[in-house]
Amino acid sequence: MKTRNIFTVFVKELRDTLRDRRAIISMFVVPTIVIPALTFGLGTVFAKVVKKAGAENHAVMIIGGENAPQLRETLEHQGGLKIVPTSPDYAGRISAKKLRAAVEIPDGFAESVRSGARATVKIYTHDGEMRSGFAAATIERALRDYREAIVRDRLSAKNLPADFLRPFVMKRQNVAPPEKVGGSSFGGLVPYFFIILCFTGAMYPAIDLTAGEKERGTLETILCSPVARSELVVGKFLVVLAASLATVACALGSMAITAFAGGAGFLRGAMHAANALPTFSIPGLLAVVVLVFPLAVLFSALLMTVALFAKSYKEAQTYVSPLVFIVILPAVAAVLPGIELSTTLSLVPVLNIALVSKELVAGTFPLLPLALIFLSTCAYAAGALALAVKMFNREDVIFRT
Amino acid sequence: MIEARGLTKTFRDKKRGDIHAVENISFSVAPGRIYGLLGANGAGKTTTLRMLATLLKPTAGSAVVAGADIREQPGRVRSQVGFLAASTALYGRLTARELIAYFGRLNGLSDAEIELRTARLSLELDMAEFLDRRIEKFSTGMKQKTSIARTLIHDPAVMIFDEPTLGLDVMAARTIVRFIRDCRARGKTVLYSTHVMSEVEKLCDIIGIVHDGRLLDEGTLAELRARHGEHDMEEIFVRVVTGRTAEVRS
Repeated sequence: MKTRNIFTVFVKELRDTLRDRRAIISMFVVPTIVIPALTFGLGTVFAKVVKKAGAENHAVMIIGGENAPQLRETLEHQGGLKIVPTSPDYAGRISAKKLRAAVEIPDGFAESVRSGARATVKIYTHDGEMRSGFAAATIERALRDYREAIVRDRLSAKNLPADFLRPFVMKRQNVAPPEKVGGSSFGGLVPYFFIILCFTGAMYPAIDLTAGEKERGTLETILCSPVARSELVVGKFLVVLAASLATVACALGSMAITAFAGGAGFLRGAMHAANALPTFSIPGLLAVVVLVFPLAVLFSALLMTVALFAKSYKEAQTYVSPLVFIVILPAVAAVLPGIELSTTLSLVPVLNIALVSKELVAGTFPLLPLALIFLSTCAYAAGALALAVKMFNREDVIFRT
Repeated sequence: MIEARGLTKTFRDKKRGDIHAVENISFSVAPGRIYGLLGANGAGKTTTLRMLATLLKPTAGSAVVAGADIREQPGRVRSQVGFLAASTALYGRLTARELIAYFGRLNGLSDAEIELRTARLSLELDMAEFLDRRIEKFSTGMKQKTSIARTLIHDPAVMIFDEPTLGLDVMAARTIVRFIRDCRARGKTVLYSTHVMSEVEKLCDIIGIVHDGRLLDEGTLAELRARHGEHDMEEIFVRVVTGRTAEVRS
C-alpha cells in the first residue's frame, strides 16, 4: 500500500464530506447543539414543569369534613391546597384531572381520636399524575403533622417526653467518594452516550462514501485510477473514523461547556438537589475515551462493509438502521442491575466497553478485563477492516446492480 | 497497444446460474487507431472494456494493455489507461481543478506537473471559466469537458470509451467525438464501444461486431461492406447478429 495514495484519498474524501451539508449536520450540528440541547433542555423544561406544579395550589375536596372540624381547618390552612366544595362525583373529577385529590374523613373520627381508637383517613388520587401526587403529598404532610400533634398531647398528658416513642433515630451516611457515587448512579449513561455517538457519527459518511458513491456513479470512476482498492478502502475508512471520533469529541466538548458554564444549574434543577450533580473520575473518563477508539474503528469498518452491499443510499440506510438497535441493546444491557463485568463478557463487543466504562468512571481500573477488552476490540476492529477491504475486491459487490 | 486473447467472463448468479457475458474474445488495437466495439445492449461490450481497464478479472484469457498484463499488473495497466464511460460520473462537491488534481495525484504526478497539465488542458478544452467552480452546478457539456480532462491528466497511451455519448445532446456528443479523433491524432490507442451505427461509421478504423458475448465479425468499414455486400452499417450489423451472412468468428 502506498501512503501517498491513502493520504490523497483521505484528503479528497474529507474535503468532499466537509462540503456536504448532511454530513456537517450529522457530524457537528447534532452532537454540538442538538444532543446537549435535548439533554439539558429537557432537564430544564422538566425542572420548570416540576417547580411550577409544586408551587401551584392544588384543588382538593374534603369528604366528611364535619366529622373532624379541627382537621378540616388544618387542611384549609395548609399551603399548596385549595379546598373545593364537596360533591359526590369526586372520583370522576379526579380522573378528569379537574380535582387533584380528595380526603375522606370517616364518621366518628373525632370520637375515635378522643377514645384512642384507630380511624382510617383515605386519600383518593390519580396514580401517575404528577399534580395529584403533589396534592397527596401535601395532604399527607398535613395529616402527619396533625397526628404528631395529637401524639404529643397524649404524651404530655401522661407527663412523658415528646421523644418517648422514638428511642433512637436512624441516619444514612454515604462513605463512598463522589466519583464512585456518580459512577454507580450515572456511569451506565456515559458509555451509552459514547457508543451511540460513535456509531451515529460514522453512519452517514460510511453510507455516503460507499453506497452513495455507487449511486452517483463515481465509484467506477475512481476504480479506473491506479489506486489500489486496499488504499482506497483505508483512505475512505480514515474519513469515516475521523467523522465518528469528531462526533464524540464535539458532543463531549459541547456537553462539558454546557455543564460547566451554566448547564450544571439546569441539572441541579432537574435533580432537585445541588449536590446530586454526578462527579466522575477524570482518569476513568480518559480511559473510556481510549477504549472508544478501537470501538470507532470497529463501527467505521463494519458500517462501510454493510453499506457497500447496497446499490443506493436509501438501500444502505435500510441495512444500517437495524444495526443501531444491535448497538444500543448491549449498551442498555450494561445499565441493567445484576450484569457485572466477567472474563466472558469482556469478549462481547460493545457490551464489554459499556460494562467496563461504568467501572472506569467510578474510578476503578480492572486491569485484566481492561487488557482483554482493548485487545479483543482491536482484534474485532482489524477483522472488520479486513472484511471491508475484501468486500471492495468483490466484483459482485462493487458492480451490484 | 491492446492485445486481447481469449477474454472470457462468466458471472455466477444464484437464481440464473452461470451467465456467459463474454466468451473467448480476441482482438488487437494498434496505436493511432480507433477500434469500435459495436453491439446491442447486453452484448458484452461493457464487460469487455471493464476487463481491459482491470475493473473486472477475466474468468479466462488475458490481455496486454500498453505493455502490461491485465492479470499480472493491473495497477500499471490503469496508469496507462484513460477510461471514459457514461457511467463514470464526477464528484459533484469538488471543483473541476480539484478533481483533475485528485486523479493526477493518484496517477503519481507531482503538484507542479498537475498544475502545468491542468493549465494546458484548460486551454485546450476551454475550461478556464468554470475550472474553479463546483461540478454539481455544471451543465452536461462542462461535465464532459471535465471528464475528458480527468482521463487525460496522466497522458495515457490507451483510451477506452464505453458508450461515452449515451444520453448526451448533439453538442455534447460532438465534443466527445472530436476528442476521440484528437486522441487518435496524438497516436493513442483507442477502444470505443457503442450501439450507434453512425458513430462507428464516422470514427472507427476497425469495427468489431459483438453479440451474446462473442465477437462475430471484425474489419474495416470497407472490408465489412465488401464482405456482406451492404453499404449501410445497420444492415451489416443485423445480418451479422442474425447469422444471415458472414463467417462467424469465435
